[in-house]
Amino acid sequence: MTSVAPVAAAKPGGSTPKKGGAAGRPSVAAWLVAVPFLAFVGTFLVYPTVLVLFGAFQDSNGAFTFDNLTTLFTGVVFDAFVRSIELSALTAVIGAIFGALLTWAIAVGNPDGMLRRTVVAGSGVLAQFGGVPLAFAFLATVGFEGLVTKFLRDNVGIDLFAGSAWLFDLPGLTLVYTFFQIPLMVIVFLPALDGLRPQWREANASLGGTSWTYWRHVGGPILTPPFLGALLLLFANAFSAYATAAALVSQGSPIVPLQIRGFLTGEVVLGQENLGKALGLGMVIVVSIAMGVNVLLQKRVAKWVR
Amino acid sequence: MGSLVKQRVLRTIILLILGVYFILPLIAMAEFSTRGKGGSRSLESWTSIVDDEGLMEALVNSLLLSVTSAVLMLVLLVPTMAWIRLRLPQLQRLVEFLCLLPLAIPAIVLVVGMAPLYAWVNFFLGDSPLTLTFAYTILVLPFAYRAVDAGLAAIDLKTLAEAARSLGASWFTVLWKIVVPNIRVALIGASLLSVALVLGEFTIASLLNFDTLQVQVNLLGKRNAGVSIAVSLLCLLFAFVLLFALSYVGQRRRQTVVEE
Repeated sequence: MTSVAPVAAAKPGGSTPKKGGAAGRPSVAAWLVAVPFLAFVGTFLVYPTVLVLFGAFQDSNGAFTFDNLTTLFTGVVFDAFVRSIELSALTAVIGAIFGALLTWAIAVGNPDGMLRRTVVAGSGVLAQFGGVPLAFAFLATVGFEGLVTKFLRDNVGIDLFAGSAWLFDLPGLTLVYTFFQIPLMVIVFLPALDGLRPQWREANASLGGTSWTYWRHVGGPILTPPFLGALLLLFANAFSAYATAAALVSQGSPIVPLQIRGFLTGEVVLGQENLGKALGLGMVIVVSIAMGVNVLLQKRVAKWVR
Repeated sequence: MGSLVKQRVLRTIILLILGVYFILPLIAMAEFSTRGKGGSRSLESWTSIVDDEGLMEALVNSLLLSVTSAVLMLVLLVPTMAWIRLRLPQLQRLVEFLCLLPLAIPAIVLVVGMAPLYAWVNFFLGDSPLTLTFAYTILVLPFAYRAVDAGLAAIDLKTLAEAARSLGASWFTVLWKIVVPNIRVALIGASLLSVALVLGEFTIASLLNFDTLQVQVNLLGKRNAGVSIAVSLLCLLFAFVLLFALSYVGQRRRQTVVEE
């Protein structure tokens, strides 16, 4: 498995066939060009994935078992899955609604304007690269000594933390997650809104339609499939997210990714070495379902549109 | 006319509310990181960024990683994808599937499988943080694939390659002197995206125990929140500048297509 790096490095010189026209069936040499890529991806993507998926069905001695999977449906592990799904679904809905509104607000503006550029670039940052900095943004804002916390305590007389340390539990995660869910919605949904042609609005108006009839009979039906698709993508995104939660929650493991952290950093009960892999398999299944439904949905739509 | 006014009002309200919602944490970060003793203002958190050796070392690691990962990604992806378009269309679907696969497998799951793999990597190649290059190249594949694929789709690769070949160019020359210059905008885009992604990556680095920027920022937060918040703000702003620049790169491509 370590031969990967040298193979990748030797690529340009070693495997370039000098003869053979551009047409016709590819020779053996032609296939060789794809070898470095396939070897690399095989080693660092397919192999770890297979390790997780198969490991989920093995006990500590490597024998086949369903025990890890049945454990997924019991106790703290199951609760974590339920909480993860709730958190992801809730933030997906919030993100989709507010994200769609924000997308609309920039889509009706100047396509090359400063506002749109800023919102799109900012959304990209928060949606894809937020991670740890986002957690610290929250500590600075609504943490124990955060700007908003202090302002409310000193000037309004409200103690944000009177009830509990909510920021470091599910309510806090929900709030923080909207900060990458809304931006992700903007990125995913903007192309769909850009696809609405102004002629459709004009046709609606010239036939005596109002804004309401336009959205009810034209915009709405066209945007529903991409909206639902984006909703599923947001769900999968929140479900997979780890960095922000890990930086924010250092004690306890309310959600599945943090449970997996527990297994990787050594809080492993003897005989349950592969339970972490079963959790991984569970996550892959949930994400795959969300993405699979999305693919079916978009296929359906492609059929109508034609 | 009435509906246009309504639209403008609604738009302003949305932008104002969400604008405040997203800018407030940034202001809070600036405020928090400039707190001094007894309610005064101080730049101590900012100046101590440079003095923190662990942080600087981690930053260097992350910067190096962003370069090595982008290079490895380009070296693996560009020749393979160009070659598939020219000679191996049979592999098109497989390669697309493999490149997009990381989207379906959360990084936190991937790292479970990578942990035993990295025991081997570190045994043979040492435990330098730069070995993360392999994992990060996998993480950037989906984004890089889309960018490079769009670039290759926009040029008439077959004709260009045949013309060069009939003039006696080797395949390597075709790749280096024809393909790369023609899709350079896509390559810049793919590289900027992967740089931003690597600089922000936390999951894999922290769980494989490598010292990168985000890992240090997180660690530092436990003892000095001010510095962590200052660095976090810098990270967000830097990523913003990268992506903002990227939006102009995309636009230049659109304009050249129109000119042609």
